[in-house]
Amino acid sequence: MLENRRFIIIGFFIFVGFAYLSRLFYLQVLDESYTIEASSNSIKRVVEIPFRGQIYDRYGNLIVYNTPVYDLMVTPYKAKVQDTLTFCNLLGIERREFDSLMTAARTYSRVKPSLFLRQLSKEDFARIQDIMVDYPGFEFAKSSLRTYTAPVLANTMGYVSEITKGQIEKQEGEYYRQGDYIGQSGVEKFYEEQLRGKRGIRFVMQNVNGVAKGSWKDGELDTMAIAGQNLYTGIDLMVQQYADSLMKNKVGSVVAIEPKTGQIITMVSAPTYDPNILATRHFSKNYSVLAKNPYKPLFNRPVMASYRPGSTFKLIQALVALQEGVITPNSGFSHAGSPVKCHGHPATSNVAMGVRYSCNPYFYHVFKRLIYNNEITNTFTASAKGVTDWNNHVSKFGIGERLGIDLPSEYKGNLPDQKYYDKIYGESRWKFSNIYSLSIGEGEILITPLKMANVAAIIANRGYYYTPHVVSGIGQKNSPLPEYTVRHETGIDPKHFETIIPGMIGAVEGGTVMGLARIDSIQIAGKTGTSQNKKGKDHSIFIAFAPAYNPKIAIAVFVENAGFGGVAAAPIANLIIERYIKRKTKNKVLENYVLTRDYMPNVVLPGSGPKAEPAKKDTVKKKPPVTAPIATTKKNGADKPGVAVASSGN
Amino acid sequence: MARNQTLTQNLDWIAVLIYILCVMMGWFNIYAAVYSPEVPTSIFDMAHNAGKQLMWIGTTVLLIIAILVIDHKFYDTFAYIIYGFVILLLIAVLFIGADINGSHSWIKIGAFSIQPAEFAKLGTSLALAKYLSDPTVSLTRSWKEYLPIAGFIGAPSLLILLSNETGSMLVFAAFAIMLYREGLPGIIPAVGIIMAVLVVMTLLVSNWFIVAGIVIIAGLIIWFMPKATRRQGGLLATLVVAFIMIGVVVGVDFFINNVLQKHQRSRIMVLVDPDSDPRGAGWNVIQSKIAIGSGRLIGKGFLEGTQTKFDFVPEQSTDFIFCTVGEEHGFIGAAIVVVLFMGLIARLVILAERQRTRFARVYGYCVAGIMFFHFMINIGMTIGLMPVIGIPLPFFSYGGSSLWSFSILLFIFLKIDSQRPYTLSRT
Repeated sequence: MLENRRFIIIGFFIFVGFAYLSRLFYLQVLDESYTIEASSNSIKRVVEIPFRGQIYDRYGNLIVYNTPVYDLMVTPYKAKVQDTLTFCNLLGIERREFDSLMTAARTYSRVKPSLFLRQLSKEDFARIQDIMVDYPGFEFAKSSLRTYTAPVLANTMGYVSEITKGQIEKQEGEYYRQGDYIGQSGVEKFYEEQLRGKRGIRFVMQNVNGVAKGSWKDGELDTMAIAGQNLYTGIDLMVQQYADSLMKNKVGSVVAIEPKTGQIITMVSAPTYDPNILATRHFSKNYSVLAKNPYKPLFNRPVMASYRPGSTFKLIQALVALQEGVITPNSGFSHAGSPVKCHGHPATSNVAMGVRYSCNPYFYHVFKRLIYNNEITNTFTASAKGVTDWNNHVSKFGIGERLGIDLPSEYKGNLPDQKYYDKIYGESRWKFSNIYSLSIGEGEILITPLKMANVAAIIANRGYYYTPHVVSGIGQKNSPLPEYTVRHETGIDPKHFETIIPGMIGAVEGGTVMGLARIDSIQIAGKTGTSQNKKGKDHSIFIAFAPAYNPKIAIAVFVENAGFGGVAAAPIANLIIERYIKRKTKNKVLENYVLTRDYMPNVVLPGSGPKAEPAKKDTVKKKPPVTAPIATTKKNGADKPGVAVASSGN
Repeated sequence: MARNQTLTQNLDWIAVLIYILCVMMGWFNIYAAVYSPEVPTSIFDMAHNAGKQLMWIGTTVLLIIAILVIDHKFYDTFAYIIYGFVILLLIAVLFIGADINGSHSWIKIGAFSIQPAEFAKLGTSLALAKYLSDPTVSLTRSWKEYLPIAGFIGAPSLLILLSNETGSMLVFAAFAIMLYREGLPGIIPAVGIIMAVLVVMTLLVSNWFIVAGIVIIAGLIIWFMPKATRRQGGLLATLVVAFIMIGVVVGVDFFINNVLQKHQRSRIMVLVDPDSDPRGAGWNVIQSKIAIGSGRLIGKGFLEGTQTKFDFVPEQSTDFIFCTVGEEHGFIGAAIVVVLFMGLIARLVILAERQRTRFARVYGYCVAGIMFFHFMINIGMTIGLMPVIGIPLPFFSYGGSSLWSFSILLFIFLKIDSQRPYTLSRT
């Protein structure tokens, strides 16, 4: 009987055997999911980052390109650093930095390589690559670095940096991953999609530690990375560098536009910094130095700073008044009866003379006629209607709204309307006498340098403009974005421009602009402005275009706390005009005058928050931290007038 | 009796053939498991497991010859001495043992390490066979007869447990098969199986469902029980059984959560739900299933596996060697291995039954039970039917101790079996 138990035992064995065979049949033959999992397991998508598009100036000179650099990678379990001190000295890092980098790498993975030091230059690479052989576990990976041919256009071009966590979460779609680079400001941000190109994907077989073991299916499913599109800009790099040198030791902006196209020729935000320092691995260190600078070099003044336009606004007042018919080209006004005063100058018997001598009482009367240009007898309601009509005209000049330049964070400025004053004074409780400072561009109106340059372009064009834009061509099609080919009309009859332009020419040749600033060979039409500023000395403003009867350039120059427009801003504008049209500078006396001017305010600038101790003048001139491997802001040579960096060409 | 026979006379060639097939297949799969497509190495390269395994195979052949030379009565005579020696080794390992893979169960001799736990199975099998060969011992008379048996099994189990080799200890449950054949009441293995099912259920579903299930079933049994049976203690018996089962459920739950070490708990938990911890304890099981599952019907081909090759499956050449078989040779290869083992084990049972001495039969059943247990746990673990218990697949897994111990275990029995015609039956 006990012998019979052998059958039970063998039966049990066979039962288990068949159970396993069925299980194997199910796993291996019936269930296909394991095959898929096996491939997702051992086949890895490798992303190939394409080259970012390069950026050119209007003559085909490179402004921004990519330099090959080397990232130092470390595989922690292989890494053996015997003499940490020597190693740190070799790489120029501190002991503490070394420890934290190693800890970070170890936390990521002991067996996978992770980034140790970013972006070592070719020179650094050449210097240390032979020595690094002695340090197992460290290897170099090729990468690229945004590089700028000249230390200019920092805010216009913007910078590229690693995408932040918040940006990854907020992005539409799922393009970006951690560690990706993204344009953070300027053109780099605005044209991110065009510049970044398309990532390529390769499939490689890998082992459990992610170590590549060859391509999968001989690469038939791989896609190539497509390089980003190049951008062609209207920037004239030579003029840009010249303008930058003129704006040294000044706070302010220069914006120059080609009137016929709306292309930006030059855009200076002063003080500036060398864009190369934000492209390096010392980004965060350098960025925080810039962010703390009281002169706010990261603040893109041409599109973000707003000022009262001062007397430059008189041009628009005259044009609107002529269009409305409240004055004729020959209307004359005396100083009498005006609360705004004027300096001694010849009688302003017509509009051109009013412009030429920038007569305040003249424009007081012009604006008064504009506001009361209706049948209404009640001065309160008449003013309300007058401001509305006036606002309609002025807003067509792009004032009070965003122009729509291809740069992020454009400030819209302010153009007061009826509602605005109702809010301040109450409905029907204000009239012309409350708002007359608008007549000379003071009061509540705020404009950006870009807008004022656009006003100069409108006058140069006798009534129309194309939205100012930096990028004039994208990729191989080489055309700008469609919105920059739309012609905007101001609704002012071209003949009225011919009325005021002689006044502008007169202002430059023998009016409000100082005599020294004259450029004999070019007929420049301009208008000075002096913007009142509660917090300090007046800002100096000048807008101009030239040649007056075949305009090639329209420009606005703002110099903060520099006083009268004809003295500080006009010489800079005229030198830039000459350089752009003639490609050289003849008026060396004027140039020298400008270069030696120092208008750096000793106080903290408006809006920069709590009163810091008076900033020393050399704060801005200060070179970026020594750790930055690329050349510092301005080498002595570039400071000298007319010395353009070789690459600017022409 | 004439003693001019050759060494291999009367050797069971079916068993030997299966043995040779298993060892050779194991060797090739070890080579495949450690093969790296970028740095192809020879199967004879001593720097890799395949080359070393060849050396182990060579020494094993010498051992087998020695076993065949030694008189079969040696094992009967020296059974207790061998057992005692193994116990001494197990004690020694607690003091001089080296730590390998987290268990404190290896003795290092020069460049090689041996694991006494592997040889404890042999010693215990011999000792049990010796004890049960005493004609005065019968397993059917009194429970007291089991006390020495419990001692023989318990001593090495405890020592192995102390050296942190839970897997090897569980193998001692394999002796239940032999004991059942020798008269252990069927209720005991049945209860064992029911308990195992209860334990798995406890892990799978909430305790309250199981308790409710037991109560409902007990209620139904009592309800439909004939009145006479109920009066004759049927009611009490049912209630007692139900309470014991509930006690087991609660006890197991307590044991899992409060007594077991974390790695032991997770090894048991991932049996139920490997996906609960795919990067941790579940990793082995998931990767192992992926490797085997991706082999499909005919496999990816020799040396063509990706999962085992690229280190996704851990312990590829030892405990998870079956993954390489499944991945590279598919269902056909895996089925061949299963059938070979079933054939070997069934053959061992047949051989054991034809023995004339109780010593030989008991020993044969011990060998069959141990082989079966290793087969069931090891392959069951790679296909997700058993918890991850680190025990080798006989003849396949890389390692000298395991190959030696299984070969010795098997060939002692084959030697004894070959002497069957010259042995007088004593039972």
